[in-house]
Amino acid sequence: MTRGTGRFRKMLVSVGCASLAGAAVFAVMALPEPAVRLAGPVEANMDRSGVTHPVTAVLLNFRGYDTLLEIAVLLLALLGVAAAGGSEKIGLRRLPSAPHAFLQSLTRLMAPLMVLAAGYLLWAGSHRPGGAFQAAAVLAAGIVLLFLAGLLPERLQSDRLLRVGMVAGFLVFLAVAAFPLAGGALLQYPVPLAGALILLIESGLTISLALILSGLFLRLPDEFEEEEE
Amino acid sequence: MTPGLLFALTGIALFSSGVAGLILQTHLLRKIIAFNVMGSGAFLVLVGLAQRSGEPDPVSQAMVLTGIVVSIAATALALALARRLLNLTGEMRFPAEGQDD
Repeated sequence: MTRGTGRFRKMLVSVGCASLAGAAVFAVMALPEPAVRLAGPVEANMDRSGVTHPVTAVLLNFRGYDTLLEIAVLLLALLGVAAAGGSEKIGLRRLPSAPHAFLQSLTRLMAPLMVLAAGYLLWAGSHRPGGAFQAAAVLAAGIVLLFLAGLLPERLQSDRLLRVGMVAGFLVFLAVAAFPLAGGALLQYPVPLAGALILLIESGLTISLALILSGLFLRLPDEFEEEEE
Repeated sequence: MTPGLLFALTGIALFSSGVAGLILQTHLLRKIIAFNVMGSGAFLVLVGLAQRSGEPDPVSQAMVLTGIVVSIAATALALALARRLLNLTGEMRFPAEGQDD
């Protein structure tokens, strides 16, 4: 490609994207007021949801399907990463260099606090912003930090245990979702049990999501290796 | 202009610059980052438009929360595929047309 056509292409794409933005801005400004307001029905059914925070109620009760499928998508992505030349065991990925002593002592200090923060976030999800995803993100960051500091315990690198942990959240969610099938529909929790069931699902999700999210990082294929002469 | 509308317009700006980056950048890592910028723009539009009248909408917030986690998974998969391509061809870019072997 010559320099001239490259510049022409750049200009064409810029103009195209600018007009895309212009059209979208026009569409947003011309939008009528929404005919259906979903905040109302959510508010009206909060006392049947088992939790007091509306976002958690939507995620795990009113629109539980999305969350159930989401964890399935995450498992699928992990399979994809493993299939794209990822290592068999997470222990196989090597550290780029020996971890710094400062990183190690800082990690020793941080890891327990991160577990504590994750526990709090999980518990807070029922009545204020928080929940399984936020808690799992903190836990996963902790696992990655431990790995980078070379401190990840051998026990946590056992492959079988990891696999069980990764699918456990999905299986618990699926079991709880199928349990009301006898008397109603999928994911229709009985109202008095809803709070306890949501906490059960969220606990399982936290552990599995943390393992999956950190697994996505730890199972990435190893560094590109220059061939030795 | 309400804050919600401002979020939506910012989202549009992010999304369009993401599209431009996705097309113009040749390095795969930059393409993946541009793709993430596009995603963040879409999330901002979703959350911003739903709270244009002032009160936040828990339904769209929950949808976006789900979307964020899925986009992390998609990014990880894209990175794994890019790394695989790097291992196979030694280059972090798509092979040029007419250069297949």
